[in-house]
Amino acid sequence: MRFEHPATFNPIDQLKVIGHPTSRIEGPLKTTGTAPYAYERHDVVADQAYGYVVGAAIGKGRIAAIDLDAAKAAPGVLAIVTAENAGKLGKGARNAAPLLGGPEIAHYHQAVAVVVAGTFEQARAAAQLVRIDYVKGDGKFDLAAERDHVSVPDPKIGGPADTAIGDFATAFAAAPVQLDASYTTPDQGHAMMEPHASIAAWDGDRLTVWTSNQMIAWGAEDMAKTLGIPKENVRLVSPYIGGGFGGKLFLRADVLLAALGARAAGRPVKVALQRPLMFNNTTHRPATIQRIRIGAERDGRITAIGHESWSGNVSEGEPDMAVSQTRLLYAGANRMTATRLAALDLPEGNAMRAPGEASGMMALEIAIDELADKLDIDPVALRIANDTQVDPEHPQRRFSQRQLVRCLNEGAARFGWNKRNAKPGQVRDGRWLVGMGVAAAFRNNLVTKSAARVRLDQQGRVTVETDMTDIGTGSYTIIAQTAAEMMGLPLDKVVVRLGDSDFPVSCGSGGQWGGNNSTAGVYAACTKLREAITQKLGFNSEEAVFADGAVRSGNRSVPLAQAAGAGDLVAEDAIEYGDLAKTYQQSTFGAHFVEVGVDADTAEIRVRRMLAVCAAGRILNPKTARSQVIGAMTMGVGAALMEDLAVDKRHGLFVNHDLAGYEVPVHADIPHQDMIFLDETDPISSPMKAKGVAELGICGVAAAVANAVHNATAVRVRDYPITLDKLLAGMPV
Amino acid sequence: MRSFSYERATSPGDAAAAAAATAHAKFVAGGTNLLDLMKLEIETPAHLIDVNDLALDRIEETPDGGLRIGALVRNTDLAADRRVRRDYGVLARALLAGASGQLRNKATTAGNLLQRTRCPYFYDTNLPCNKRKPGSGCAAIGGFSRQHAVVGASDACIATHPSDMAVAMRALDAVVETVRPDGTTRNIPIAELHRLPGDSPEIETVLQPGELITAVMLPKPVGGTQLYRKVRDRASYAFALVSVAAIVQPDGSGRVALGGVAHKPWRVETAEAELPNGAKAVSARLFADAKPTRDNAYKLPLAERTLAAVLREARV
Amino acid sequence: MTRVSFDVNGETHQLELDTRTTLLDALREHLHLTGTKKGCDHGQCGACTVIVDGRRINSCLTLAVMHQGDEITTIEGLGTPDGLHPLQAAFVEHDGYQCGYCTPGQICSAVAMLAEVKAGIPSHVTDDLNAPVRLTNAELRERMSGNICRCGAYSNIAEAISEVAGRSA
Repeated sequence: MRFEHPATFNPIDQLKVIGHPTSRIEGPLKTTGTAPYAYERHDVVADQAYGYVVGAAIGKGRIAAIDLDAAKAAPGVLAIVTAENAGKLGKGARNAAPLLGGPEIAHYHQAVAVVVAGTFEQARAAAQLVRIDYVKGDGKFDLAAERDHVSVPDPKIGGPADTAIGDFATAFAAAPVQLDASYTTPDQGHAMMEPHASIAAWDGDRLTVWTSNQMIAWGAEDMAKTLGIPKENVRLVSPYIGGGFGGKLFLRADVLLAALGARAAGRPVKVALQRPLMFNNTTHRPATIQRIRIGAERDGRITAIGHESWSGNVSEGEPDMAVSQTRLLYAGANRMTATRLAALDLPEGNAMRAPGEASGMMALEIAIDELADKLDIDPVALRIANDTQVDPEHPQRRFSQRQLVRCLNEGAARFGWNKRNAKPGQVRDGRWLVGMGVAAAFRNNLVTKSAARVRLDQQGRVTVETDMTDIGTGSYTIIAQTAAEMMGLPLDKVVVRLGDSDFPVSCGSGGQWGGNNSTAGVYAACTKLREAITQKLGFNSEEAVFADGAVRSGNRSVPLAQAAGAGDLVAEDAIEYGDLAKTYQQSTFGAHFVEVGVDADTAEIRVRRMLAVCAAGRILNPKTARSQVIGAMTMGVGAALMEDLAVDKRHGLFVNHDLAGYEVPVHADIPHQDMIFLDETDPISSPMKAKGVAELGICGVAAAVANAVHNATAVRVRDYPITLDKLLAGMPV
Repeated sequence: MRSFSYERATSPGDAAAAAAATAHAKFVAGGTNLLDLMKLEIETPAHLIDVNDLALDRIEETPDGGLRIGALVRNTDLAADRRVRRDYGVLARALLAGASGQLRNKATTAGNLLQRTRCPYFYDTNLPCNKRKPGSGCAAIGGFSRQHAVVGASDACIATHPSDMAVAMRALDAVVETVRPDGTTRNIPIAELHRLPGDSPEIETVLQPGELITAVMLPKPVGGTQLYRKVRDRASYAFALVSVAAIVQPDGSGRVALGGVAHKPWRVETAEAELPNGAKAVSARLFADAKPTRDNAYKLPLAERTLAAVLREARV
Repeated sequence: MTRVSFDVNGETHQLELDTRTTLLDALREHLHLTGTKKGCDHGQCGACTVIVDGRRINSCLTLAVMHQGDEITTIEGLGTPDGLHPLQAAFVEHDGYQCGYCTPGQICSAVAMLAEVKAGIPSHVTDDLNAPVRLTNAELRERMSGNICRCGAYSNIAEAISEVAGRSA
């Protein structure tokens, strides 16, 4: 199905099932521990051996010699795979650093060997016996030091390295009020709860992997490319994924080494990346240095806005596109952005929840707060004054929907923003200095092809199959809701099967594109199934109504169970998009409000209240969508207050590479969270009239926290995370 | 984790004797720190002596009005004990500030005292660490040292002791009771239990090989206002950046011990004479010989401010 | 190899295990009770929380052979998809999870945590150590802090537990 014109009334608009706060259909499995995750598939293949990964002990250099004798002789060892004996390996299109290092070492904890043994305990012990001599090379690990030795990248996504509209330099110089400030964001880890994990089994030259991956088709394709085997020979299965956040978008070492280990051992092999290895072995959100310049009239109207960002990556790695949102969020005739990339030898930087906007909004939304201070204008009012309903770079391009102003106004009213004391450092509650902060939320809506297959059986059940994944996002449930709505069935008559490369290729889970596109693909398939049913029954498909488990036309009504007839009725289709994303700018918007307390003595920061108001198209399931946003808000609190992969610039690694060292928020850090969706449908986006929501929630939160800390203490911190040591000097005596 | 043999000890004396008689033997009780380190082969015992069957899990009143806490008393139970809550509030508070509910349910009194540093360089076997591998150097010096010691450290090691409980016990003048492989027992004032790193940071306590902690004795209650303040980035389930255990008497005298600043609970008795003069004066004495790194210099003003907050609270 | 036997969810199991086997791996790899999750294997996340003799512990930081004769309850012992424990049902109703990987640990932890409150065990945020313990919002959040949820479902988890505990979050 081609989607080329804005959606008109369609079966989804009935909202009998869609739009309801349905509990997750897989909830009973997840809460009872019966939902099967990758490493747990004792059911799929017998005789599984255990692989344990050895990571490189240096940040940059090469392997001089490997001695496997002791490890091979250890009890239970079946095979050891290194780059020396793995055979020729290719590299997936989406991997920058090779997943199996050697002799060249690209980064710390790059996998250099997998030890396969009969038990986990044997594999772990033997892995310690692998002796590797390294020759250390000169690595570059310090982004700030490389700032003046950068290249102009050609980013694959997120726009060109340089953008310019009008005359930024002149307008900025002439502006009566100017802000010129620099900000830094640190390297951050996904730290999903389920480690990257896979079971691999070969049947002749055919490989099946049960893994934990957000993008099934990418994974299968890159596995085939890396192993040099036909794509048809790779099957990837990933029905349950214990969190991804971008860290499981790609083929990673666990699945490749499971496949290589299984080939070498002649047995199925399971591999989970050990937690202390994950932070350096896998990808992370790269650190940024950002400079923001804004020129404004005294009434607050922005006349010039410029955003520059520096980040680093391994060879073939991409820059963090922290400037993305600045091209679209606020009005202003004169604009520029610049993205620069330093060659670093730290682990590979790549997508993490809202790549680009998440780090960019951390800086931009402090800058707006600082500008509001300079102008002595309320930061909510300043944002409203600079709203734009068109793409500021191409004013003929309208936003398909843009309710930022309403998000801000409604949020301010609900949060009690009028009680905020604009003068910082004034409000005290016992030992706490109290402050409020606001930030806009912004994230683009991405449309991409997504396919599904639907099958009506003789029991009147509809089974949906698509390689779409559910990484906690609620895919199972909204896909079931979509099929139920389309086919006029109750939810319990829909079966959803996800995450298998044998199923039609979906959009996958990433970039907050999963919900809208995967359900639109199911919409397309169901539309085809409806046609097949009406055709079979000789109904006029224009008039046919699918409701209450039956299809009706005029005074004829046939239960769907009968419609299937002797065999199943199967339909497969994909949603494919025309030019609407070009003619309209599609984005999602929100406003974050945060209240913090800062301990007057110790400068410990604790979040007291949080509210997000979001406008993101039709909300297919308010319960699961709300969870996406509050989860993102939680991750934003982490980004604001604690998350920081500490770089050892001598040894070239992230030092705090476990969950004790890399702190993420715990229960005690997060208060009750309020979250409201504005009523919105966006017919430009898809037949679902929905948009992405999962990443919108993280964009801006950290800045709202930062602005609240400033409001509480009068100390402005521009280097994340905002920790107490950065506040102490400015705290009251 | 290397292979090891395993036995369950039946008496403290036998356990100590077995530990001395077997090469590379270790006691295991809660296991929450030891197994963590064994998985990384930072600890590589060849023989584990499980002491959980020993009858060391009771809290008894002593003739002099104090408490004798069995070495196996779990952190949860010690914090929940009605006598501890009433008379040794600083200890209950410190215990509850540590780790998580799950870990406190396993972690024992003796094990808590003997837990090893959480220095990330100690935890990464690819990197130099004199504590883990004597003579290999200290990667924390000149590295990421935001959490490290500011006082009492050496050129060989700037690690901190991670315990909260031990800080409170230091303020309480607890005494550690042990049994040695020859069956003799001895009492070690907690001030003497932990060592500063010097040039042998791998030796963390004065315990001899095979020596088993059997109990910790608390002297009779000293009264006063007892507070424990733990400062950290995350609100819970995190080690202290700085912590203060304080016992403040109505006349303004008292005791303070600090965590997160040194290789052992940090108490300087002469500093306590300055308590009536306020946190600045106390802090000046506590940290007279401080040598912070660039990353952890904030701990000096933080400790002083935390101390000030605690003293203020104690006097309200 | 060492023999050990213990009860899991009311059933006695005799196992002969490598002494290095953690309770967590014994459950997951030997008994195929995979509801208990391995998130970090180092006591830093709480995904492996099980209840042993009535107390919640991290099953990754204890050896299976140290549990001779113990009674162990895992998530599978609390309820089934067709017969959910009240906390399991509340997690579903309040969407107290997303990816689901920390969920069994959260639920086992919550079951034991409520028992700890009932038993009067204080916490870091208990104001008066000598007064009866009440499950305030701050108490609940502090006591559950040993269970990390990276999806960030904390606010919903707190509501689910509060509902079962008979109060509002």
